[in-house]
Amino acid sequence: MAKPASNLSKNVQAFGAWVDERLPVSQFWREHLTEYYAPKNFNLWYFFGSLALLVLVNQLVTGIWLTMFYTPQADQAFSSVEYIMRDVEWGWLIRYMHSTGASFFFIVVYLHMFRAMLYGSYRKPRELIWILGVFILLVLMAEAFMGYVLPWGQMSYWGAQVIISLFGAVPFVGDALVEWIRGDYMISNATLNRFFALHVVALPLALLLLVVLHLVALHEVGSNNPDGIDIKKNKDEKGRPLDGIPFHPYYTVKDLFGAGVFLILFAFVLFYAPTFGGLFLEKDNFVPADPLVTPEHIVPVWYFTPYYAMLRAVPDKFFGVVVMGAAIFVLFFLPWLDRSRVRSIRYKGLPSKIMLALFVVGFIRLGMLALAEGTPIQTLESRIWTVYYFAFFALMPFVTMFEKTKPEPERVTK
Amino acid sequence: MLASGFAFAAGGGDLEHADINVHDKASLQRGASLFVNYCLGCHSMQYLRYNRLVDDLGLSEEQVQQFMLHGDQEVADAMVNSMDPDQAEQWFGIAPPDLSLTARSRGPDWIYSFLKSFYMTQDGWNNTVLENASMPHVLWELQGVQRAVTESHTDAEGVAHSEIVGLELDEAGKLSPEQYEAHIQDLVAFMRYASEPSMLQREKMGIWVLLFLVVFTFLAWLLYQEYWKEIKK
Amino acid sequence: MSETDLASTQPPENPGRRRLLTWTTGVVGAMGAGLAIWPFAASWKPSAKARLVGAPVEVNISNLESGQIMRVVWRGQTIGVMRRSERMINDLPELNEKLADPQSEVESQQPQYAQNVHRSIKPEYLVANIHCTHLGCIPQVLPQVEAQPFDSQWRGGFFCPCHRSRFDLAGRVYSGVPAQLNLVIPEYHFVDDNTLIIGVGPEGAA
Repeated sequence: MAKPASNLSKNVQAFGAWVDERLPVSQFWREHLTEYYAPKNFNLWYFFGSLALLVLVNQLVTGIWLTMFYTPQADQAFSSVEYIMRDVEWGWLIRYMHSTGASFFFIVVYLHMFRAMLYGSYRKPRELIWILGVFILLVLMAEAFMGYVLPWGQMSYWGAQVIISLFGAVPFVGDALVEWIRGDYMISNATLNRFFALHVVALPLALLLLVVLHLVALHEVGSNNPDGIDIKKNKDEKGRPLDGIPFHPYYTVKDLFGAGVFLILFAFVLFYAPTFGGLFLEKDNFVPADPLVTPEHIVPVWYFTPYYAMLRAVPDKFFGVVVMGAAIFVLFFLPWLDRSRVRSIRYKGLPSKIMLALFVVGFIRLGMLALAEGTPIQTLESRIWTVYYFAFFALMPFVTMFEKTKPEPERVTK
Repeated sequence: MLASGFAFAAGGGDLEHADINVHDKASLQRGASLFVNYCLGCHSMQYLRYNRLVDDLGLSEEQVQQFMLHGDQEVADAMVNSMDPDQAEQWFGIAPPDLSLTARSRGPDWIYSFLKSFYMTQDGWNNTVLENASMPHVLWELQGVQRAVTESHTDAEGVAHSEIVGLELDEAGKLSPEQYEAHIQDLVAFMRYASEPSMLQREKMGIWVLLFLVVFTFLAWLLYQEYWKEIKK
Repeated sequence: MSETDLASTQPPENPGRRRLLTWTTGVVGAMGAGLAIWPFAASWKPSAKARLVGAPVEVNISNLESGQIMRVVWRGQTIGVMRRSERMINDLPELNEKLADPQSEVESQQPQYAQNVHRSIKPEYLVANIHCTHLGCIPQVLPQVEAQPFDSQWRGGFFCPCHRSRFDLAGRVYSGVPAQLNLVIPEYHFVDDNTLIIGVGPEGAA
């Protein structure tokens, strides 16, 4: 055992050295894993970053496979999806992995963003990480919307109709813009073809690039933590943060466990509730696109509903679109709106805590209201939450500046 | 006798629950046979091929050939009919829709309630789930003939309205109401299966995937605990 | 153990347990990954639709005259059905020494019931996949006995224009040409004297 094994390991080492002289593999491994020091007090909220990466890989792989069987032609798209569901061996599994993955992507990303809001992960010096993250959200939304058009069912068609028409609200050039996006006088094969190209090639490339930048920026400044304090202030004699632990193996094994729990939930939905009661795959999308008939209940997929509710809350086309766009755009300014002396919600004052809690309630309520019928009371509630959504950001500088904060600890707490 | 759990008014807000089991092959077989005999004359099921019934429903190729195919159809063909869509449109007002995916777009409960809610009027058949549907009650021989029970009331402005409050079996059919319910449950089960044949495989294999993931996650948890012992101390 | 040591991986208390857990988790995870690959690989197999298009085809041969060949497509392959004349059948054994595999010993090239001199169920009828076994071109059919540029004593057969491979009228390959294998005989059987089905062998034949 001893001799051949040591020979083999010697050869492996020699090969490793050969590669390392030409490509910094082990340097990369050290810098980003074994010698990347992450705070040791990450909690549940810190799983969602690695989970988002896991879902991204799932979407890429299943997406590539779906492209092999899908036909981006208006007259064949719908039946090619049924072909995948029925005739391609395991096609149904691959399709459901992709459609369920799309919804889980947003669940994970929304929770990941909430984590950043909880612990002030967008604050200096992590502004760019946050901004890149908002760009990721934007691209993800475009990606999800265009992906939803591809099955060419009723919701695909009329969803595209409504969303593209939003661009008609742009002053002066609106109508021309809408026509340009559609490539026709209505949603048609031309629209489907360009959306297909963007969905499978352009946007995934943009998404990958943004994710890489997001991670590079993160590893440049280091991770925040639930206490929101800087672990680099306290270092040992070798320059390693006292409250930091190497990402590998500690967080790799922890994230592996997190991935396991996530996959159990994911598989449960995939195998036993792939349409999730019409939320993940809407009922009307099992009817082929019909340009002559609009479905009775037309609502976007659940992950767009909060913004859709804001659009509906505003009784004016132009301002509705402006409000909806502003709801995303305002996120870019978050790093500068928060003037608190502390990063983490743990040490912020009660007003900040209440405001964030209400923000979450409002976001969820808006999503629910978008799915409701739209009685006058519901419209009123939508308006209140829409106003609150923006008030949350507008008031943040004052609340965070003047509220009483608790002192931050010197070292991370458990 | 009033039909129980009757769906009120148009739109069918309250649908009756169809208690179906797509893993019951005998039920699917009965449903398939009902579908071929009563529905396929007008409605197609273009995304389902007969030979899939051989694989999934446990029917033999001979049975399918003998009892299901019509005309010069072959086992490998999709379940379509020879009705000319233009002619159909003349007869019914609209061409009868393809039913491959109806159990997904409308849901099993809707189909079940729809098939229970036909009633006879002076002008012919109507339906409380889909008002003024152009489809006649093709299963009337089995169910019998129902008539609407109406109640009149006067609203605040003094206008009299008559409202359907229930359906009553006026003329008995070949089947008792319970038997009829069982029959259409079979039919709905078949249509649910037909809307997503892979669901048989999906629901069967899901449990194994979950079991595997639970084992893996437990191991990963042990490993996580093993490494973190020294951190948590 | 002081806190300062946490910054680097330290020797575990129980290295055996750690190694065991790492390996079991790794192996189970790899098994899962391996199983997860299967659906993706299997999805490349011919779909249910493709398999139906590849279903057996029925051929009516009542109009086929002696010495004539007809072509039918089965699974995208051109299948030649040839009615051989008396002369052609009698020629077959005499060509043996010019051929690479005169006794059809390579089992993959024909079903057992066609492993005979005439490589067919009935001596009169040749049913063969006429794509050249070299690189898949379709050879020309030159059934007549006449001198050819490539063979002055040509007894009739198939000549592939792509790389000059030659086959006799039982689809057996000549020696010394790029193709190494005889033409493939597909599974087939006769329903009656005038009808045959390509894609399914006769009953009782494996």
